[in-house]
Amino acid sequence: MSTTEQPSRHADGADRVSMDGRRARATQAGSDSIGFDESAPLLEVEDLQVEFRTLEGVANAVNGATFSVAEGETLGILGESGCGKSVTAQAIMGILDSPPAFIGGGKVVLRGVDLLTLPEETRRKVRANHVAIVFQDALSSLNPVFTVGYQLGELFRRHRGYTKADARKEAISLLDLVGIPAAADRVSDFPHQFSGGMRQRVMIAMSLALDPDLLIADEPTTALDVTVQAQIMKLLSDLKAERNMGLILITHDMGVVADVADKICVMYAGRIVERADVHRIYANPAHPYTKALLESIPRVDLKGRQLASIEGLPPTLTKLPPGCSFNPRCFMARDRCTHEEPPLYDVGGGRHSACHYYEEVLAR
Amino acid sequence: MSDLSTPHGPRASRAQTDVQSPEPKPEPGGVDLPPSEQEKKERSASLWADAWRELYRSPVFVLAAAVVLVVISWAVFPTLWTSTGTDGGPCILAESRQGPSSKHIFGTTFQGCDLYSHVINGARPSIIIAVLVTLATCIVGVAFGIVAGFYGGWLDTVLSRITDVFLGLPFLLGAVVVLSLLGSQNIWTVSAVLILLSWPPIARIMRGSVIAVKALDYVEAARALGASNMSIIFRHILPNSIAPVIVVGTLYLGGFVSAEATLTFLGVGLQIPEISWGITIAQGQDYAIAGYPHLLIFPCAALIITVLAFIVMGDAMRDALDPRGR
Repeated sequence: MSTTEQPSRHADGADRVSMDGRRARATQAGSDSIGFDESAPLLEVEDLQVEFRTLEGVANAVNGATFSVAEGETLGILGESGCGKSVTAQAIMGILDSPPAFIGGGKVVLRGVDLLTLPEETRRKVRANHVAIVFQDALSSLNPVFTVGYQLGELFRRHRGYTKADARKEAISLLDLVGIPAAADRVSDFPHQFSGGMRQRVMIAMSLALDPDLLIADEPTTALDVTVQAQIMKLLSDLKAERNMGLILITHDMGVVADVADKICVMYAGRIVERADVHRIYANPAHPYTKALLESIPRVDLKGRQLASIEGLPPTLTKLPPGCSFNPRCFMARDRCTHEEPPLYDVGGGRHSACHYYEEVLAR
Repeated sequence: MSDLSTPHGPRASRAQTDVQSPEPKPEPGGVDLPPSEQEKKERSASLWADAWRELYRSPVFVLAAAVVLVVISWAVFPTLWTSTGTDGGPCILAESRQGPSSKHIFGTTFQGCDLYSHVINGARPSIIIAVLVTLATCIVGVAFGIVAGFYGGWLDTVLSRITDVFLGLPFLLGAVVVLSLLGSQNIWTVSAVLILLSWPPIARIMRGSVIAVKALDYVEAARALGASNMSIIFRHILPNSIAPVIVVGTLYLGGFVSAEATLTFLGVGLQIPEISWGITIAQGQDYAIAGYPHLLIFPCAALIITVLAFIVMGDAMRDALDPRGR
């Protein structure tokens, strides 16, 4: 896929001239020294472990996460609050709060280079230039004392050595790109003068400023109202397609990812419990947790009936139940589940499920 | 910031979205709003701009600021206010302890000097010490607070304990003891002792403020965008955490004016050839009860009004800079 997509980046539209120019400068600006191999897969996360060393003991916030993202592909990471989605994103970005969080093992391989082995100074250059993130709460992700134009332009001044005038031009064109009306006029506005949706657009502009290869969107629409959510999701998916980026979309909302994602990882208590492409997972989940999540989406055709929900809460990470972490809440838990931790079984057709009885789940 | 004084910019031009994209002129290296177009002034409202607008609309602040400006002009240009020069003028013993008259509007001192000239010239050491000590305390305190708050861990522990040690020193007693030990007492030694004893509260305030700001999303967002620690500190932490220090610093200005007068009055501050409110008050107190109250009233009034003005300014700034107070 990557090989067929590659040429299209350069051959699909005159309006991207400036962007290609920027990419050329980006490569020049220091990625060579990191040793990225442009032909290597975009991102491969292998057996990633993140632990939080707390007073109550070590919590494995991410326990053996393995997944990959290719150019132009969208990976959805799904799960309840506290299941390790955001920690996974922070680990990829290298912005874990350490202490208490530490990488326990595994690899985050970006274009053939394991980011976890790079020194901090190099990782800092990888951020924004190669991997960028959009946070959940755009309302507070912008510095209130500077204009958005200044904050956007600063990226170009600092990372690219642009003059103020050039940086401002770039800022305007980025604001335009993310669909902010009258961008030239609004560039000198302060963050509080923008609405929530507009601020999230500004954040997306900032994360795209240095033309990263991979964008992580950590619950980008949670703080926004539903109509704006749809606009932001469309913007993200359009930009991804246009720039042929990889996109990791972290959310707890199964509805949000359904339209956009190509692949889905479902996480529960720090582990990936199911990994599959989006159509299969929605049509026929192979893990009881995924099934329960799907059943808890409100549906028009079930109007009037009680909405299904998952009983109980995710377990405390320092006190995981023995066996399968999901067994206390699982509708089909057996004896085996309470003492034997399921591996990630290969279900076939490129999908994996961490359930001893995945065949039964599939059959239900 | 002065551009804020024209809040009548035509908003209409904003409606035309197809205005020719404004020529991005090279902007003077201001941290502030890029002063692109005149009509934008009204809309560009940061925390600082809002605070400033609130301040200059507050009559109390304007009055206090006017008093402070007058006192500063006494200190910087005493000859504008008195014709007797900066040394307290000719002292004629024959004219000792005269009451206010047309020749000496505040009367004369025990030595027969013009009291008005002493009050004007006495502002100089007070203002020098207050400004110098406040600036230095804020710089030291902010540096300590940023390093401790931002880096945390053992560095925070060490710096915070050092702060605690200095915080434990009793201010007045500490100043009296150190100044007596030093032997030489002038503007510089008094300033040094005041700095030494008064930076810890600033460091504490700054540390708390930095810790609060550090946890905010835009700091993490900046880190995720590849910002270095230095750029996070100076672009994101400092501008967003400095407000409480500015408020306390303004209150400190008044505090140091009175601290200088106190130490001088006690005899461990400035010494006699200098002219200072503390000295004038100390000399005047002997005769005030003996029927010459003007010797105490005028220098005390100058001191009190100055300190009050600084404190009122500080309060107004707190109201303006602390959004929770609104």
